[in-house]
Amino acid sequence: MNKDSSGIISDLAKTILIGNRTYALWMFALIAISLIGLNAFSRQLAHGLYTTGMGDEISWGLYISNFAFLVGMAAAAVMMVIPAYIFKDEEIHKVVIFTELWAIAALIMCLLFITADMGRPDRLWHMLPVIGVFNWPMSMLTWDALVLNGYLFLNLYVCGYVLYKKYKGQKLVTRHYVPIVFLAIAWAPLIHTITAFLFQGLAARPFWHSGLIAPRFLASAFAAGPAFIILVFKLMEYFKCCTIHKDVIAKIRIIVTVSLLINLLLFGSELFTELYSGSEHSIHLSFLLGFHGKSVLAPWIWSAVALNIIAAAILLLPARENPRLLNVACVMIVVGIWVEKGLGFVISGFIPTPLGDFVQYQPTFNELTVCFGILAFGLLIYTALLKIAVPIINGQLCHRKNSN
Amino acid sequence: MSTEEKRNNEMENEDQQQPTISRRYFLAGAACLSAATVVSLSPLLNAEEVPSTDEFIQKHYKQLSDEDKKEIFAKLEAGIDKQYGVAATISDTQPIEGVEFAYVLNLGRCIGCRKCVYACMNENNQSRSPQKQYIRVLKMKQGTVNLETSNHDYPEKEASSEDFFYMPVACQQCREPKCIEVCPVKATWKEKDGIVVVDYNWCIGCRYCEAACPYHARRFNFAKPQISAQELNPDMGYLSNRPRYMGVMEKCTFCLHKTRRGEYPACMEVCPTGSRKFGNLRDPESEVRKIIEQERVFVLKQEAGTLPKFYYTFAK
Repeated sequence: MNKDSSGIISDLAKTILIGNRTYALWMFALIAISLIGLNAFSRQLAHGLYTTGMGDEISWGLYISNFAFLVGMAAAAVMMVIPAYIFKDEEIHKVVIFTELWAIAALIMCLLFITADMGRPDRLWHMLPVIGVFNWPMSMLTWDALVLNGYLFLNLYVCGYVLYKKYKGQKLVTRHYVPIVFLAIAWAPLIHTITAFLFQGLAARPFWHSGLIAPRFLASAFAAGPAFIILVFKLMEYFKCCTIHKDVIAKIRIIVTVSLLINLLLFGSELFTELYSGSEHSIHLSFLLGFHGKSVLAPWIWSAVALNIIAAAILLLPARENPRLLNVACVMIVVGIWVEKGLGFVISGFIPTPLGDFVQYQPTFNELTVCFGILAFGLLIYTALLKIAVPIINGQLCHRKNSN
Repeated sequence: MSTEEKRNNEMENEDQQQPTISRRYFLAGAACLSAATVVSLSPLLNAEEVPSTDEFIQKHYKQLSDEDKKEIFAKLEAGIDKQYGVAATISDTQPIEGVEFAYVLNLGRCIGCRKCVYACMNENNQSRSPQKQYIRVLKMKQGTVNLETSNHDYPEKEASSEDFFYMPVACQQCREPKCIEVCPVKATWKEKDGIVVVDYNWCIGCRYCEAACPYHARRFNFAKPQISAQELNPDMGYLSNRPRYMGVMEKCTFCLHKTRRGEYPACMEVCPTGSRKFGNLRDPESEVRKIIEQERVFVLKQEAGTLPKFYYTFAK
């Protein structure tokens, strides 16, 4: 290892390892939860997916729910990249890298949730092109594997390039990274569209078999993702990591508002089509909403709808200028859309089964632990990435020329 | 002192002011983290099923040579002998040229006794704990074919009621099976005689096929399949009823290890009412062909577009 790279490694290691008490506690908690999650995952590997609440009736549960949600969160980074690179918004450009780093963390969580959902993760190599058998282009799952890994790679490249050049104090060469940024802009909606196609292409599940799913996925993602980014930026300001121009928050807020309204419109359109016609096709939705016997999902989906509507009201009223209320609205949107997509979309597609059996899904403690473990691990990665990126972008962490 | 050295000194001073981490703390932290990781992984020691190296690197069924198969079958037979003390034979009977299997079920006769459900389980070595069944019998109200109002768990004494009819559903062996399209690794495919099979050694357990099936025909081994030695059927087919692994998909194969030898599937053999007919669709003289041509038959969920080869009829 040459002196140059060892210098980088020690700089990065020091930056990640050293922090104030809050940082240390936060990282310790995340590591602890990740390890508890790993423990639960080991138990699942040892005894099978029987340790989850899934069964032949509801064969996808919280893992796929979280996966679908997080693909959206990863795709949503593009809503900051577009103003930064296409509309050349300078203030957003300064902080856009923090959202691209979030895409990386979200994608890693996506891949972990998929792995957790596999009955035989030891056989994942069967999916490798050439060595295994890759059912492309027939299987949407192979498309999803391609676009997710591709998007991860694009974001890793852009973030790696920008941070490395800034660390070295060198000028960014436009043609070395901006074309990749534009490719990533086109790629981002693709990952969520294909994830939607994974579901909506199945005629066997009438609830998913609707052309509105992909647009709904995108709209909800572009509401929840930027809402999460607002919260991250506010936390970064609170901890004095960097200053975020207030225009940035205001602009992201507009993106969130418009996306949320479109999401509500699409949801309403779906609701109308299903319930007004009253065809048998609507049984999934009416069961989900609790109109068709006891449904454990009904309270969840109604709360999600309420959260989304209240958040939309806050964002449309002058109250949105109140920073605290904005925070509340953002939390409501993230939680509301998580419930809407996870419990309300993925799981209710299975109830009733294609043979008309009504089965309830109750995740097990072990399954929940795995979920929290993966989420904690994703936040751990994101925090570590931010810990490196913030001082580099602020110019506090840079390569020392004298050590060359 | 040159400017260069001055800067160096300043840098060092800066370093001293910054909080640093001592080598000892770092190593202690790294050791704690590694220890905690190892402890977290400890449940793996009780793993119920660990693939052998040969199993791990085994290729897709269609890529296996005859010698590969011979070796794999011998190993499987030895493993079954060791685990259950049963001398099993694993066959790999190939589809017969000019044969395409089809099924006809007469709903006018079925009394919902579920004998087929258990005969299937006995023949095909499904897990008994948790119990896996390929056939599900729906108790349907007269005057409707609405699946949502059907009863799947009716008690035995509610069979053969005049107020209901009974509709057994299993894999419909579709001509256009969605389940095989969605599989990311082609672990499931349609054989030449129309039977959809699963390579239990290639399935990655993603359950996409289960979500894509309009007939709820697929079963997944969420737990390690449990079956006692007494219950084990030693007449096994590699693509049908050999013991399954934890975390893989399985389904009805029309008992291909029997039917490709000219026998009838277990569900048909056991049926006390003669509701079930099975045969070669391409043979104009076969019973199933005659029924399909002469009786009024229908397929379940025609709108799904999967073109099933499992026909229902309401004959006397």
